Amino acid sequence: MDAISEQEAKGITRAEELAYQLKVSQAMTSEVKLVDPDMKMAEVLELLRLEHISGSPVVENGHLIGVISIEDLIRSMSLGELNSPVRNFMSPTVISVRSYDPLVKAIEAFMVQKVGRLPVLDETGKLVGIITKGDVTRGVLVALQRDIQEEEIRRYRASHLFEDIISDRTTLVLRYQIKAKDFNQGGTASSNIKRALLRLGANTQVARRCGIAIYEAEINLIIHTSYGGMIRVEIEPQAIIIIATDEGPGIEDINLALQPGFSTATEEIRELGFGAGMGLSNIMRCVDHLNLESTPGQGTRLEMKIFLLPEEILRQSATQE
Amino acid sequence: MTLQEIVSLLDLKIVNEGKSLETIEPTGGYASDLLSCVMAGAKQGFVWVTLQAHLNIIAVAALLDLSAIIITEGAQPDPVTLAKAQEQSVTLLWTEMTTYEIVGRLWELGITASK
Repeated sequence: MDAISEQEAKGITRAEELAYQLKVSQAMTSEVKLVDPDMKMAEVLELLRLEHISGSPVVENGHLIGVISIEDLIRSMSLGELNSPVRNFMSPTVISVRSYDPLVKAIEAFMVQKVGRLPVLDETGKLVGIITKGDVTRGVLVALQRDIQEEEIRRYRASHLFEDIISDRTTLVLRYQIKAKDFNQGGTASSNIKRALLRLGANTQVARRCGIAIYEAEINLIIHTSYGGMIRVEIEPQAIIIIATDEGPGIEDINLALQPGFSTATEEIRELGFGAGMGLSNIMRCVDHLNLESTPGQGTRLEMKIFLLPEEILRQSATQE
Repeated sequence: MTLQEIVSLLDLKIVNEGKSLETIEPTGGYASDLLSCVMAGAKQGFVWVTLQAHLNIIAVAALLDLSAIIITEGAQPDPVTLAKAQEQSVTLLWTEMTTYEIVGRLWELGITASK
């Protein structure tokens, strides 16, 4: 397998990733109906019909010698040879996969060898199962479902954080380092914070307001600062306080900076769609309290507070204490 | 009207299907190429029409829970943008038409400024 670049790796979907993570043993059918090479094709017909399967491994003296499938059965029927033995119509086994192989190995075999099912062998070469394209799909879907459940569990655990930890005042602090001019990372911190808030049990409206305010603060740090900056989010059950700080260059005229439409962004940055001069006014719309302090040559400190309504508080059962 | 119907009626190309197009019905639309204006004006479930095709449009759409981004005038999203769209499950659609034309057509289909 060729090494894949980081660029390509980013394009890989979760389903593809799972094809590498899952083992054949996690998707295969292990209760396999075995067929004897001297069995008649008519008996295979009955077996496939009764078991609702499309093929079976052929085993002689405990050794896998081939696979018989519905296609082979049709061939025998069209020749009027339903009384012939399986060994005359089976496909002799040339390929199989191992139970410990990644699922992607089976997928590759299906594509390259144009077969519909593969026998699965263990370390010792013993037949332990059979895998079809349907098994692969089912295996990936089950794993995706598990992903969703895991997110629910994470959300459940995180949402109990404020209930489970007893103190006079509990604060969860998240810190994010933002690099100057790194537009490719623009929105990463705010997306992560939004997800964290949702997991902590914030309603979508609160998470969105924080997401927008933090996005604008994040983009400001990327566009305007000399050395980047820091976003610090303090989460308490009743309030979220966001502080964005940097070490320069500072804002010359704060009142002007707060005016909608005022921007000092360069033409180059505007072409990317930034620098509309709406950042700070967007923040004001989303937060309950905003404080902006700046000293030219020194740096800027932007503090934003969002107070949660009684029904939005990040702790459902502790209201009576 | 679902995104799937909009895609077929306006002959849009699907660059990335974030969520199943048949299940998503845009609640309205917004058009701008300035990201902060979108942050201010686009509401949850809106479809956003823009000729910006770079990485940062994905973060904007994800933060606002937009139903889709329609990139106009044939602007090409780069592979990094596409990868980010896949990661964040953001639906990206693409057309050669101008923003003006797409907005007009969407309005005719009943996708207005808000519902």
